[in-house]
Amino acid sequence: MMEKGKKTAGFWRRKKQEHPAPKIGAGKQKSAIQKKNAKSRRISTAFLAPSVLGVLLFFVLPFLVVFFYAVVDNPISHRFVFLDNFINVFRNAAFRQAAYNTMKFSVIAVPLAVVLSLGLAMLLDSKIPFKSQFRTFFLTPMMVPIASIVLIWQVLFHYNGMINDITALFGSAKIDWLKSDHAQVVIIVLFLWKNLGYNMILFMSALGSIPKDILEVAVLESAKPWQIFIHIKIRYLSSTILFVTIMSLINSFKVFREIYLLTDDYPYNTVYMMQHFMNNTFGSLDYQKLSSAAIMMSIVMIIIIGILFLTENHFGKDVEG
Amino acid sequence: MKIGRGSVNRAALLSESAYKRMIVRKKRISKIRRGIATLLAASCAVLFLMPIVLTVTNSFMSASEISSNYGQVFATSDSGGKTYISEKVNLKFIPDMVSFAQYITVLFKSPDYLFKFWNSVILVVPIVGFQLLVALLASYGFTRYRGRIKEMIFFAYIILMLMPYQVTLVPNYLVSGWLHILDTRWAIWLPGIFSPFAVYLLTKYMRRIPTSVMEAAQIDGAGEWQIFRHICMPLCKGCMCSVAILIFIDYWNMVEQPLILLSDDSMHPLSVFLSKIKKGEIGLAFAVATIYMIPTLLVFLYGEDYLVEGITYQGGIKG
Repeated sequence: MMEKGKKTAGFWRRKKQEHPAPKIGAGKQKSAIQKKNAKSRRISTAFLAPSVLGVLLFFVLPFLVVFFYAVVDNPISHRFVFLDNFINVFRNAAFRQAAYNTMKFSVIAVPLAVVLSLGLAMLLDSKIPFKSQFRTFFLTPMMVPIASIVLIWQVLFHYNGMINDITALFGSAKIDWLKSDHAQVVIIVLFLWKNLGYNMILFMSALGSIPKDILEVAVLESAKPWQIFIHIKIRYLSSTILFVTIMSLINSFKVFREIYLLTDDYPYNTVYMMQHFMNNTFGSLDYQKLSSAAIMMSIVMIIIIGILFLTENHFGKDVEG
Repeated sequence: MKIGRGSVNRAALLSESAYKRMIVRKKRISKIRRGIATLLAASCAVLFLMPIVLTVTNSFMSASEISSNYGQVFATSDSGGKTYISEKVNLKFIPDMVSFAQYITVLFKSPDYLFKFWNSVILVVPIVGFQLLVALLASYGFTRYRGRIKEMIFFAYIILMLMPYQVTLVPNYLVSGWLHILDTRWAIWLPGIFSPFAVYLLTKYMRRIPTSVMEAAQIDGAGEWQIFRHICMPLCKGCMCSVAILIFIDYWNMVEQPLILLSDDSMHPLSVFLSKIKKGEIGLAFAVATIYMIPTLLVFLYGEDYLVEGITYQGGIKG
């Protein structure tokens, strides 16, 4: 669909370029340059071809088919049923559990990821020694594959493991972390451990781009540190905060990987996520269920991304002027 | 430490010695504050590094030491039920006896693990290389002659990039079925190669190159290919490194795609295989985990600055 649009656009452009030439009346030389320009424009557009074709074949086209599957009753008879599949999926207890868990996880983990990484960035922005070493340390978890680290996580959070030993020091009862309602805590800790470094880098670059003179004037005017933080830093960081929030939200949807590696296909109820639902549905190859779930998920994503763009436009104007 | 204007005004009312004392006090407070900040950063760093360090040190334990220390962790994890075992799990920072037995077994005695490691390599390396190549071409296309249609396509790429696997895996599965590449490596390679992430990042970077540079080359008679090859590519070298690193860590870490697109266990990468190590082989698990993170850590050592740069380009979705 998109490629069709592109072709007509190129066609339209060429036409438009051929026509105005006589009007200007610059003679042969001008139109030769224009012809050359049009040619190089076509060639540069051809650079897009491999990628656009690939994306069309592997993402756009099948997505349209997914959409089709979501509104018919089965892949063979193709009877149009409109929203029935969606309603069926919505009634599915496993789907509801998965959607609820994913949402709950995001609601808890994302604000934590934003606030804590902003804290880390501020820490590295203050006057402390060994800054670059600390940056390296905070960034290392991002590099380490989750699969390598789940072993130690299982040991730490085991019923008889180290975390319970530490909490026992403070007199609390032992918790079977991975097989109780606390499983979500374990996953949140792992998620934060993995993602804080990435967010921190984004915040650090944003902090670095705050004009120094504004901060200096604020200090000269004897503004308190918290005033500087609220009125200058937060204001300049607003678009980054938004971006980090959205990226964390998107990453929080990917947390299935951690849970799968820590537990299995069917983990404890509170950490049964959307991707578990999808994976297990792949097993039974129920296209209707899969497609409608994917469509619903993508609608949610499009809403989130839309909010990102709208607010970024708004904030962008606010700060950069 | 700068002294604010307000305090200077106040200081004017004080005697000189009192003023000096105030400065000393302020300096001391800032020193204490700095000490606390450093301490905080250090304790965070310990928390961040501990799991990694523990994995590495534990990999030097002998198999018997590991199974006596952690045996029950993995014994209960596959029975699924909540069984109480009175024995403690002894987390050790430093093994009682350093032994390379785990590594020797992994590297020489049981080729299974090396085979999985090779699977990971063979799945990831072509994706990194070809995604970069396709993306370089495409981002040049997006950079030259920007029009409304191109902007719309680029916007579609961004949306696609932000979609989670739950959404993109279903289409991928369908196409793989049509092309009869399900259960072959192509099912992972092809969607990976055409993934829009690298296009997005490289385009954002390439658009920062002043158009006058390219126009000047064009006036001097350079063709599009020449502008691309001799002007854009050299200028994007740093960004290419960043993108390559980001793609590499993303795909080295992949779990979802092979789980769904490759039903044949023998083709699974080490990341998926690691989760299936159970009772019998836990002695080896830590060594395998360590070996699995070595490539990413090496990349990190070599390219930390590129990585940071790459993440920084991502800040703010719009180009």
